[in-house]
Amino acid sequence: MGIRFILLVNKQGQTRLAQYYEYLTLEQRRALEGEIVRKCLARTEQQCSFVEHRNYKVVYRRYASLFFLVGVDNDENELAILEFIHLLVETMDRHFGNVCELDIMFHLEKAHFMLEEMVMNGCIVETSKQNILTPIQLMDKAS
Amino acid sequence: MAMSGMRGLSVFISDIRNCQNKEQERLRVDKELGNIRNRFKNEKGLTPYEKKKYVWKMLYIYMLGYDVDFGHMEVVSLISAPKYAEKQVGYIVTSCMLNENHDFLRLIINCVRNDIIGRNETFQCLALTMVGNIGGREFAESLAPDVQKLLISSSCRPLVRKKAALCLLRLYRKNPDVVNVDGWSDRMTQLLDERDLGVLTAVMSLLVALVSKNYDAYWGCLPKCVRILERLSRNQDIPQDYMYYGIPSPWLQVKTMRALQYFPTIEDPNIRRSLFEVLQRILMGTDIVKNVNKNNASHAVLFEALALVMHLDAEKEMMSQCVALLGKFIAVREPNIRYLGLENMTRMLMVIDVQDIIKKHQAQIITSLKDPDISIRRRALDLLYGMCDVTNAKDIVEELLQYLSTADFAMCEELALKAAILAEKFAPDLSWYVDVILQLIDKAGDFVSDDIWYRVVQFVTNNDDLQPYAAVKAREYLDKPALHETMVKVSAYILGEYSHLLARRPGCSPKEIFSVLHEKLPTVSISTIAILLSTYAKILMHTQPPDPELQDHIWAIFNKYESCIDAEIQQRAVEYFTLSKKGVALMDILAEMPKFPERQSALIKKAEDTEIDTAEQSAIKLRAQQQQHTSNALVVTDQRPANRSLPVKVPSINNNAEANTADRGLTEVNGTLSRVDPQSATPSADLLSDLLGPLAIEGPPSAAAPDDQNLISGLEGVSNSSDALALAPLEEQSNSVQPIGNIAERFRALCLKDSGVLYEDPYIQIGVKAEWQAHHGRLVLFLGNKNTSPLVSVQALILPPSHLKMELSLVPETIPPRAQVQCPLEVVNLRPSRDVAVLDFSYKFGTIMVNVKLRLPAVLNKFLQPISVAAEEFFPQWRSLSGPPLKLQEVVRGVKPLSLPEMANLFNSFQLMVTPGLDPNPNNLVASTTFYSESTRAMLCLIRVETDPSDRTQLRMTVASGDPLLTFELKEFIKEQLVSIPTPSPMPALAPPQVQPTIPATGATDPGAILAGLL
Repeated sequence: MGIRFILLVNKQGQTRLAQYYEYLTLEQRRALEGEIVRKCLARTEQQCSFVEHRNYKVVYRRYASLFFLVGVDNDENELAILEFIHLLVETMDRHFGNVCELDIMFHLEKAHFMLEEMVMNGCIVETSKQNILTPIQLMDKAS
Repeated sequence: MAMSGMRGLSVFISDIRNCQNKEQERLRVDKELGNIRNRFKNEKGLTPYEKKKYVWKMLYIYMLGYDVDFGHMEVVSLISAPKYAEKQVGYIVTSCMLNENHDFLRLIINCVRNDIIGRNETFQCLALTMVGNIGGREFAESLAPDVQKLLISSSCRPLVRKKAALCLLRLYRKNPDVVNVDGWSDRMTQLLDERDLGVLTAVMSLLVALVSKNYDAYWGCLPKCVRILERLSRNQDIPQDYMYYGIPSPWLQVKTMRALQYFPTIEDPNIRRSLFEVLQRILMGTDIVKNVNKNNASHAVLFEALALVMHLDAEKEMMSQCVALLGKFIAVREPNIRYLGLENMTRMLMVIDVQDIIKKHQAQIITSLKDPDISIRRRALDLLYGMCDVTNAKDIVEELLQYLSTADFAMCEELALKAAILAEKFAPDLSWYVDVILQLIDKAGDFVSDDIWYRVVQFVTNNDDLQPYAAVKAREYLDKPALHETMVKVSAYILGEYSHLLARRPGCSPKEIFSVLHEKLPTVSISTIAILLSTYAKILMHTQPPDPELQDHIWAIFNKYESCIDAEIQQRAVEYFTLSKKGVALMDILAEMPKFPERQSALIKKAEDTEIDTAEQSAIKLRAQQQQHTSNALVVTDQRPANRSLPVKVPSINNNAEANTADRGLTEVNGTLSRVDPQSATPSADLLSDLLGPLAIEGPPSAAAPDDQNLISGLEGVSNSSDALALAPLEEQSNSVQPIGNIAERFRALCLKDSGVLYEDPYIQIGVKAEWQAHHGRLVLFLGNKNTSPLVSVQALILPPSHLKMELSLVPETIPPRAQVQCPLEVVNLRPSRDVAVLDFSYKFGTIMVNVKLRLPAVLNKFLQPISVAAEEFFPQWRSLSGPPLKLQEVVRGVKPLSLPEMANLFNSFQLMVTPGLDPNPNNLVASTTFYSESTRAMLCLIRVETDPSDRTQLRMTVASGDPLLTFELKEFIKEQLVSIPTPSPMPALAPPQVQPTIPATGATDPGAILAGLL
């Protein structure tokens, strides 16, 4: 079904954003996040961006202190997901202007709005930054 | 610091951030939860703004991993708020925190529906997204029509329609009936004409889900997908915002190529050509560039293109181009590309004919097995596992063994299992197999599951030649200072059974064997002690004349364990002690273990079981299934569905604990031989009962068998005599072996393909690979012995029809264990005929004699070659062949109704090339082909079919050629195909075990044809 979850985690392993596209109980989430974060954070820059975990494949990318982790099915196109992460970061950049961890922390709702425009039910809906940001800009204007 | 619009929320988040440790965080969270709970209790005083703020706090706390078990009602109630800001929070937080079965969702279906059918676009989007993320069956049933309407509505804007597409995808997954295939396939085709790339991206995901379940209904979408791909790859009319580092939406390109991989093939030559042009451009035109994002995006497209090329079975040249690219990738330093190179090369293995090229990269792949990155090592292991065959098994397995000593913990178990499976599957000789498994246990005993050593014992027991060798090896390992317990088990077992074969060697006297084994006893666990006791009893039995000193020593041990706390040990000690006092009678009771019944390797089964099924069948898996027909490799795996019972019944002995006197125990044992149904026992338990059960005491089978047959039928009410055959050697029986898969189905598949499995049963697999050149053909029969024992009295007799000259090379009389024998068969087609050649094949396995008669796929259409004839040539030819006997016409009734495109596909699949548009009447179909035989040489054949749109069960067919016999035979051949259409079976494994072939109408006289008719 494509994307199973998207996690934003900082260097200390604290979750900054979590969006799941399949239902997991809180315990399952906690266990999964713990295991995956431990695995990915231990990796070096020279290693590849893909980690196999249980029946997922985790595609991840690091931006300064923040790790973007996307869990996908085993047969998903890994590089397409890797660049989708970058698209997400560029979109956030365009909105926040040089996005940092704090932006995402304190604007959790905006981060959710953006993701919601980009991914639905584990599938990519939109890849045009303009189209993704239009609803948020409209809302900002209204308030 | 950046502040969000909600001050309270920002303060809370920053409090959390300032917490020094987890404990402080928990306290702060608990305080906040208490606060929210209080505020929600007297909801009256809450402003919408406050409510919104608290709901975000709840989501934040939930994200941190704390349980939030209240307030769900408040979250859901925001959905019905009139203002956008509140509604939005309600929808988003609901889809983050609730699951599809939550009761509250039921309460809001109406409210959601109102938003969906309402006029407010933004509300529509919110509602569609929420339903798309967490909508369940109830949503599917009540909302699907509205969502479909939005998706196809021309007045709806793209921003709503793209969400409607993915919402529908969710509803379809929850209940596939919400999409009515008949009506919807045309709609899908129209939707793919969309210009907006956002909508297309979403629609493409929907299409992938639909075609993954049923591609047949969506053939119309195929050309549209190719056109979208052309548009993207040529960068035609792509808005700037959809360009990603100069590449037109790589995600849509990837998705589109993924959708195409669900169609088994592309029939239309024009569409195929356009697609291959695009693919060729991607393959050739993707360079490595400096910008990492651009590089990734272009390679994402490239890897998907590679997958599609593999799927489409491109020409050999393009395939080798792909392998060359992958070969380049697996050698680069960039880890992502190397990882994907290895992964895709593993997928490539499914394509026949490239294995040899891949093998050239073996050294490079082995280098990756030692990479510091575990992700890459895993891919390399998978690839090596996949590419292993008889030719390179030794190298690869030895490499794996070597790697095992340095491999990290996380991979050892998988590595050990894979090495064991490869050694079993491709052992050039069985002594090598024994060596490998013993090394495996020696190097990585902790990771060697019991299944692995059970299996080696089965092999040794079933192969007499192997027994002395295995015993020598086991004896050698016992001299090593530190021994893994599994090694103690396996050597104790083997030496108990076969150490007497070594009697004259130094260090192998019964006494010496006993003492070297007994040294280990103080350090091993109960289960191993049980095996050691059995071994002692067997050693005692084999020591003739008896050695009083050894005997006393062993008796003392039995005596000691009679009071052991473990019941199993106690029983063995008591029984062996008493039995061993019986002198000669011991010989019968402790006789050598009988051969194990053949069965699927538990290891391979285990490896298969670990593959977890995902909800949506992946294109790759689907392909693997389709490939099962064509693979000519010897596959040992069992392709039957799991719910069918295994044909092998496992003998086991009822270890009755009440039997505490040996005399009584013995009669009990002889009297209660019972059969365990393997279905009710777990695999390991059934293996255990196999190995350990009968080891304890083996009653003389000849005495036991007759009595207990009655007993069993009396006890279980089953009088199936074949049930009783498993244990005791019995008189010959013939054809009690059930074929695996449907023989007729396999034959029909092979009529259209040139390689695949012709026949399979539990013992043998017969594969066929054929090449055709004009009126000559060369078939190779691959006879693969699936067992650990040889197949003997192998006979293959060809019964050719009179029109075929066939020569089969020598077939060896014996097929060694696990070996595959290739027998080429030369075919010459003398004249046109529909008669079929038959292979009369027989072999003996143990006492079972198997004889099967199989139709060979050297059928008329194999001697056809499609030829395209232009209108200006066709009509003069057609007119020049005027009337019977060169031109025959017939009205055929009882035709299976087919649409014209389906019929054209059918014709094309038989090498009759349909030329569209040649016949002015759109209900007619014109095809041409060339037939090759010795008598006719190359001869053009023309076919015209006139269909009746009002009644698809009848048609008029005209066939013309320069040879009257050819015209007649071809006409009859086509008629047979139209009346009984070979439908590809959706799942080969589901084919019924009993073969019910259709009987082709043959008016032939030669014996082969008559036989073929009977089959």
